[in-house]
Amino acid sequence: MRDTEHSGLGTASCIQLTATSEPEGGRASLRRARSSTGTTMHAFKDSGHLFRLAAVFVAGILVFLVLRGFLVPKSFGQYGHYRGNAMAEIAARPVNFAGHETCETCHADVLDKKKDGKHAHVNCEACHGPLAKHADDPASVQPPKLDTAVLCVRCHEANAAKPKTFPQVASADHSTGLPCDTCHQPHSPVIGGGAK
Amino acid sequence: MPGVEGFMYPNEIELQWSVLIVLYPFLTGLVAGAFILASLERVFRVQAVKPTYRLALLTALSFLLVAPLPLQLHLGHPERSFEMYLTPHRTSAMAMFGFVYVWYLMAVLVLEIWLDYRRDIVVLSESTTGWRRWIYRMMTLGSHNLSERALAIDERVGYLITVIGIPSAFLLHGYVGFIFGSVKANPWWSTPLMPVVFIFSAMVSGIAAVMVLYMLMTWSRGRSIDMRCVDTVARYLFYTFIIDFSLEMLDLIHRIYESDESFRSLDFMVHTKLYLSHIVVQIVLGTVTPIALLGLTQVVKLTEMARKRIYALAGCLTLIGIFAMRWNVVIGGQLFSKSFLGYTTYKMGLVTREGLLVAIVLTVLPLVILWVLVKLLPPWTERNSGLLPDARAAH
Repeated sequence: MRDTEHSGLGTASCIQLTATSEPEGGRASLRRARSSTGTTMHAFKDSGHLFRLAAVFVAGILVFLVLRGFLVPKSFGQYGHYRGNAMAEIAARPVNFAGHETCETCHADVLDKKKDGKHAHVNCEACHGPLAKHADDPASVQPPKLDTAVLCVRCHEANAAKPKTFPQVASADHSTGLPCDTCHQPHSPVIGGGAK
Repeated sequence: MPGVEGFMYPNEIELQWSVLIVLYPFLTGLVAGAFILASLERVFRVQAVKPTYRLALLTALSFLLVAPLPLQLHLGHPERSFEMYLTPHRTSAMAMFGFVYVWYLMAVLVLEIWLDYRRDIVVLSESTTGWRRWIYRMMTLGSHNLSERALAIDERVGYLITVIGIPSAFLLHGYVGFIFGSVKANPWWSTPLMPVVFIFSAMVSGIAAVMVLYMLMTWSRGRSIDMRCVDTVARYLFYTFIIDFSLEMLDLIHRIYESDESFRSLDFMVHTKLYLSHIVVQIVLGTVTPIALLGLTQVVKLTEMARKRIYALAGCLTLIGIFAMRWNVVIGGQLFSKSFLGYTTYKMGLVTREGLLVAIVLTVLPLVILWVLVKLLPPWTERNSGLLPDARAAH
């Protein structure tokens, strides 16, 4: 495989060998007289190392393409720039949220309290958390009791970035640590609106 | 909350981009700058800088090999970064970086170094023994053709690659600036000048790094420094630095004159949290001082020793200044709230994955790689240097 035709190598003195191979006048004219095919062949041979380098690059690209063929999932790009099969896999995952319609089938009394209040459009599971398991088996899976001292301030703690019209309080001054449902009814949060 | 003043959005309190993301543009900048210096000799025929040509190429390769590591360490799942090659997302500038990187590494730097060193590699594959011989033999790709015509072809192809390499180097680092400049939500970054400033600061840092490395390595080898070379490199550093500084000042003046809604917030930050790193380190110590020092060598006739000392000092200050510039861009851009009502603090970890220790290791690692490359492929042009006693004789 070694391309030693032109090297004359054996030691570092090769440079001198090649450096002194400058064609003299007679040889130069002889070379000019050569057919163009011969010149092309020489140019081809003298570019041999570049072809070898190109072959290494091509081999690298081929290895990459083969790897890519194995590594990229077949369903990639089916619908967009993602794995098409992911849709079915995600759809097959268990549902965590029951949805407010499901809650309202049993808790119609809460719906009645909510519907005219400020929280009418806050879905049940936004505060109570995902409760699909409770909806499937209400007797054995009970939702945990919420601590309103922690829950309410997630939305209502005073913050300069919130719109001025949004109800907000500095909880440390407003309630001094008392749970909000001491005064407010969470499902329809007005003072005296049936706070328990 | 400690370290937070005024109002910050919750996702702004803790900085997402750490010191490693500061290091990344610093390293790629050194790559691009070193390559531009190499191209001075190859394309623009500035013969005086020839002694630094090969060293500049090896420096660029060493830093380029390490450049992606800060990004990998920043990622939660580094193995997923390979997916940008497998399933390229053409509309994402960050995702396309992978291709810019591979292009620059394989099609420009490795190719140019291989072509430039091919004669040496072939000679070394015959003159060395043991494992070195095997490495050089592998690098020859089995071709030992050193005919005049073959070497002439190498020269022509190498020239062509350098010509292609100049816009590629601009692309590599211009891209980094583009990433920051195109974040329209961040007024500290969002300016079309950012890619241009990054390119020129890259050239400044790369030229300074090669100049300092050349002087340091020549001194450690007990050889005399080619003052004609270093004077020329320093002159180019001076010119490039003036352009870089002018561009940065243009950006600053434009911001002050425009005084948009972010100005008060940014102005406050520059006068408080960024005062040390921006005003003191970047502008005074890392820009004005080296420009003044380099300017001094241009107008006053100084002794060789004085010039050497000034170049070494100016080079080191330049590198500190450019690192500070990267710091001020990356960290500075995350210290203020997009509400312009508050400021946070960057607390750097020490022995964490993105901490100071890792940053130091990643800064030293390219120098270790450079040391290995210099041992393997001696860049020195003098006769009887290193492993290659006669190879350069025919140059």
